[in-house]
Amino acid sequence: MSIAAVIDISLLVFLGLTAFAILKLRALFAVVMLSSVFSLVSAALLVHLDAVDVAFTEAAVGAGISTVLMLATLALTSRREKAPTRSQALPLIVVFLTGLALVYGTLDMPRFGDPQAPIQVHVAPKYIADTQSEIGIPNIVTAVLASYRGFDTLGEVTVIFTAGIGVLLLLAGFIREPEGLRVQTMDHHLVLRVVTKMLIGPIMLFALYVQFHGDFGPGGGFQAGLIFASAFIIYALVFGLENARKAVPGRAVRLLVACGVLLYGGVGFVSFLFGKNYLNYSVLGVDQVAGQHLGILLVEFGVGLTVAAVMVSTFYAFAGQNQPISDEDW
Amino acid sequence: MGVDDILGLFNYWMVIVLMMIGLYTVVSRGNLVKKIVGLNIFQTSVFLLYISMGKVTGGTAPILTGKPEVYSNPLPHVLILTAIVVGVATTALGLALVVRIKNAYDTIEEDEIQAADDEKEFGDAAAAEDGRR
Repeated sequence: MSIAAVIDISLLVFLGLTAFAILKLRALFAVVMLSSVFSLVSAALLVHLDAVDVAFTEAAVGAGISTVLMLATLALTSRREKAPTRSQALPLIVVFLTGLALVYGTLDMPRFGDPQAPIQVHVAPKYIADTQSEIGIPNIVTAVLASYRGFDTLGEVTVIFTAGIGVLLLLAGFIREPEGLRVQTMDHHLVLRVVTKMLIGPIMLFALYVQFHGDFGPGGGFQAGLIFASAFIIYALVFGLENARKAVPGRAVRLLVACGVLLYGGVGFVSFLFGKNYLNYSVLGVDQVAGQHLGILLVEFGVGLTVAAVMVSTFYAFAGQNQPISDEDW
Repeated sequence: MGVDDILGLFNYWMVIVLMMIGLYTVVSRGNLVKKIVGLNIFQTSVFLLYISMGKVTGGTAPILTGKPEVYSNPLPHVLILTAIVVGVATTALGLALVVRIKNAYDTIEEDEIQAADDEKEFGDAAAAEDGRR
């Protein structure tokens, strides 16, 4: 067995154990923390499987946004799960049979890492061979994401936009003015305050690097948007929602949610006006490669804008609920 | 079935185990936050399935270096990277629903919500049991 296989197997087993612990535990705080651990371990596994862009996204999501949102939900609901009252036999049988059927289905799948598997000989070789000459950027994932399959990505950004609107609609009616000045912050913690102030600048700078360096290395609009949003969220957590709203008003963030999608869709329309297909960036520059560079830069910026704005406004909506999140909740 | 077959399918089997743990959490647990965490486990297992299928032995991350190299398949990476962010957005939507359910029912346990609904519809809990039969 090679070292690669050992790493692969041990990470997968560790994921399995974490998932089992999540299933068994009833203290929801521990469940949320373990789901963050689950995310980070799966990010490590994704790096091992060569999916560096995906690992980047998973780490940004698991360590930051989704954990914060779940903790905010716990603060607003309850922190313990009640013991199950119904019989667990039927779900167990159903799950066991489904799993068995799926395992049977894997038996004639191509073996792990097989270079002749159908998935490897379909369109992927074309992307790998043509990216350099047609798009001219080293990161094939970004080339496929923003250019070859730009339609898909536009669809995904629209889904994020729609989900963001959904959260705002669901929670907006419940945003109440805090009674008096009941908003609790964590700025009485000296260490948190100093460390946060030192971190916010570098976090934003790193987000911009990830945003604009995504053509050359792992990164892009999705990751950058998540990291950028974390900078605002950490500020809001430590210095209070009111101060964060002063720095970035909720209205402005909601406007940016739409601007990102608009920018992405708008770039497509510009290529329409020049008589090419929707989202064909070749017309944007003097030659095809220059046009692709500009087009990818613009749509990635649109993606980053929408993702960051949706995450920040989602956080505002959760944190602006009636019960402020206090020290004891963390 | 030899050792090579088992090693070659191990990733897919572990993915299925994770998927089933997630599914079991969703169907067997009554707490809505726990259900959403279970859904996230299920989701991550699907991500791992796609990425495992795209891996090529001896391959490297699909970023061109100028040297001839074997690259893993970039297409699943693209699909999954966008799916992760969509996943957070939909998780947020789910959590927002949980918060609203808590406001409306004052509980996030499935059977208590059901009991409250029954009581509203049939009067009291005993009548509700009859009504369901």
